[in-house]
Amino acid sequence: MNIMIVGVGGQGTLLASRILGRVATKSGYDVKISEVHGMSQRGGSVVTYVKYGEKIYSPIIGEGEADIILAFELLEAYRALPYLKKGGTMIVNTQRMDPMPVITGAAKYPDNIEEKLARSVDLITADALAAAAEAGNIRAANVVLIGLLAKSTEVEKDVWLDTIRRTVPPRFLEVNLKAFELGYGM
Amino acid sequence: MKRLMLGNEAVARGAYEAGVTVVSSYPGTPSTEITENIVKYDDIYVEWAPNEKVAAEVAAGASIAGARAMSCMKHVGLNVMADPVFTASYTGVNGGLVLCVADDQGMHSSQNEQDSRHYAQAAKIAMLEPSDSGECKEFTKKAYELSEEYDTPVFIRLSTRVSHSQSLVEEEEKCGYALRDYKKDPGKYVMTPANAVKRHAAVEERIKALTKFAETTDLNRIEDNGKKIGVIAAGITYMYAKEALGNEANFLKLGMIYPLPEKLIKDFAKKCDIVYVIEELDPIIENHCRAIGVSVKGKDAFTLLGEYTPAMIKKAVTGEEPEEPLRAEEPVPVRPPVMCAGCPHRGTYYVLKKLGLTVTGDIGCYTLGSAPPLECLDTTICMGASVGVSHGMAKARGEEFAKNTVAVIGDSTFIHSGITGLIDIVYNKGVSTVLILDNSITGMTGHQDNPTTGYTIRGEKTRQVNLITLCRGVGVDNVVVCDPFDVKELERVIKEETAKAEPSVIIVQRPCALLKSVKYTGHCEITDKCRKCKVCMKLGCPAITVKDGEMFIDVTQCNGCGLCVNVCPFGAIEKE
Ligand SMILES: Cc1ncc(C[n+]2csc(CCOP(=O)(O)OP(=O)(O)O)c2C)c(N)n1
Ligand code: SF4
Ligand code: SF4
Repeated sequence: MNIMIVGVGGQGTLLASRILGRVATKSGYDVKISEVHGMSQRGGSVVTYVKYGEKIYSPIIGEGEADIILAFELLEAYRALPYLKKGGTMIVNTQRMDPMPVITGAAKYPDNIEEKLARSVDLITADALAAAAEAGNIRAANVVLIGLLAKSTEVEKDVWLDTIRRTVPPRFLEVNLKAFELGYGM
Repeated sequence: MKRLMLGNEAVARGAYEAGVTVVSSYPGTPSTEITENIVKYDDIYVEWAPNEKVAAEVAAGASIAGARAMSCMKHVGLNVMADPVFTASYTGVNGGLVLCVADDQGMHSSQNEQDSRHYAQAAKIAMLEPSDSGECKEFTKKAYELSEEYDTPVFIRLSTRVSHSQSLVEEEEKCGYALRDYKKDPGKYVMTPANAVKRHAAVEERIKALTKFAETTDLNRIEDNGKKIGVIAAGITYMYAKEALGNEANFLKLGMIYPLPEKLIKDFAKKCDIVYVIEELDPIIENHCRAIGVSVKGKDAFTLLGEYTPAMIKKAVTGEEPEEPLRAEEPVPVRPPVMCAGCPHRGTYYVLKKLGLTVTGDIGCYTLGSAPPLECLDTTICMGASVGVSHGMAKARGEEFAKNTVAVIGDSTFIHSGITGLIDIVYNKGVSTVLILDNSITGMTGHQDNPTTGYTIRGEKTRQVNLITLCRGVGVDNVVVCDPFDVKELERVIKEETAKAEPSVIIVQRPCALLKSVKYTGHCEITDKCRKCKVCMKLGCPAITVKDGEMFIDVTQCNGCGLCVNVCPFGAIEKE
């Protein structure tokens, strides 16, 4: 299983990939996660890969190889499109964040990304920010998306919940569990 | 039980299990988390050194004193460290000495893409290269054994994809390494020419012995799948090649990449009709194969640039083209990294841009001030270079040019190697103005303490380098401290200091917005007093954008730092 998590530096994609990686490990798979640290974390495009199965060699996912793409932002979902397997699923947070070339007017943010994606992929969209706000903190949007992703996998819900309990700092736990449930229930 | 670990975390675990007791490093992506993970082990002394050269010297000292020691750096850090390392090769070790160097193929976070394997050859130091986290731990332990057995420092070469990928690692007990005895031994540790002559001979003998070791060690292994195609690979490219070709090729996986074996390669090549050497960056293994008379395909089939992928390897070896992937219907705008909302550097660049100065830049978060809309920087070369480059420009073009030029350098970078440039300016009658962008942290590499922050890597309070007295102490009479968010005052100070025919230092001080101690609250809003002058857009704050023709602040991104309130000429931005 190849899952690609894309977003904007600072959105919490790393936590999502780590939770997913631990869940897969617990389920007995060989797992590799490739993360991004350093420069691109400063508001740039960030991509992490999570791969699990019998035996995993390369930690990276190439074009046409992702079974699922979990996108934290619309434009990043669109950018990641070539990586999705034909017939793969995209789970997309409908948040829009303008990159600097759009802010300065050097480039245009594409219109109707959702529609364009829906033409070629199996698309699931969600307003994770609103759900996170409902859970009590907009910073928990990443965990809402984890909830949504959890539903698309075969792993039992309890394994996810247990992993979140072990991964998230105690003072944020309540909000995050609520955020997960909201995502899972979408 | 196996646990998921970053490659870097696994190296740290390996150091712990090997009984390492002293680690000194300077941060640098992708190597930083090795040293940060060492902090977890209370029985290891660990420190951030001011730069890589000092870090290597501390580790060498610890090794000579009998401890197992480590120093970690990114590839360019090895340039800074090179001087002590080339001679530590001659002195050899007492306790094992391991130097971890992380290359950045693809330049995810670097200013160049140099191949650190050249250093192993040049300094005649053995180099191991793991392919995943499990090997990171194993090879680290093995490196200490080799270091002591062959009396040599040992390099561990990592890469972004090995350092920053997680895979499963089995944790083991710590071994019972005891501090070795220390005896004065000038013939080995005092490298006067007379002693060094003898030690050079020892180094050449050592490399011969290690080459022999390379023939038989299980670090290098052949996977004979009875196929006609052979692949020689190491590190992450071995994983890519395995994924691309599976059991459809024979593999010679090299775990030790310097020195390289001869007989092993020849024997492997004999079994195959065609041998590919698959290595990112320079043709080091390839050149070795050719030198020993083994004909291989290498850079004639693969690029010298950037990272490889399994698909690319498959195509080069089997000719198989991947299926045409899905494509977006239009160009997707890039999203380059930007300084965070609330970044203190933004105020400085706003003023520098307004003044239209020539700005010699340096390496850190503030390098992001080179991108639009700020577009301030004229040069960026390496850490510390802003100061010397600015002085050189002034000497080339004269005092008038100098009056319109400033150097910008971060606090960590200034301590790393900017202070020596400043001494040059003072000593050689320069007139340059240097802005130390003091955000109280080493930001770019993920927030490490440094000598100016007053805390150690373990978060203990320590003596803080006082930048004002430091600069005065080397002979700069004009040292001014200024807040970058007080843009009017900063503008005045920069004008005043650049006009002087003397060296000046302006310490532009405000902490990084991501520090826990920084408590901006709420967010800002654009009111109907806005006249669309777009001055706030010149800040390049990611939270300020245009929506349906109106200026708009995205509350999910704004942290209420208030800088935009200070620059709006109509008082149209208000804090909620
Ligand atoms: C020789 C060398 N070592 C390490 C690095 C990695 N590195 C890049 S920027 C930086 C430090 C930045 O800190 P600072 O100067 O305080 O600026 P800030 O990022 O906080 O704005 C480091 C260590 C490098 N590029 N070159
Ligand atoms: S991490 Fe700190 S110094 Fe770096 S861009 Fe963000 S706010 Fe600025
Ligand atoms: S919008 Fe204004 S207050 Fe908010 S982060 Fe940007 S500059 Fe600071």
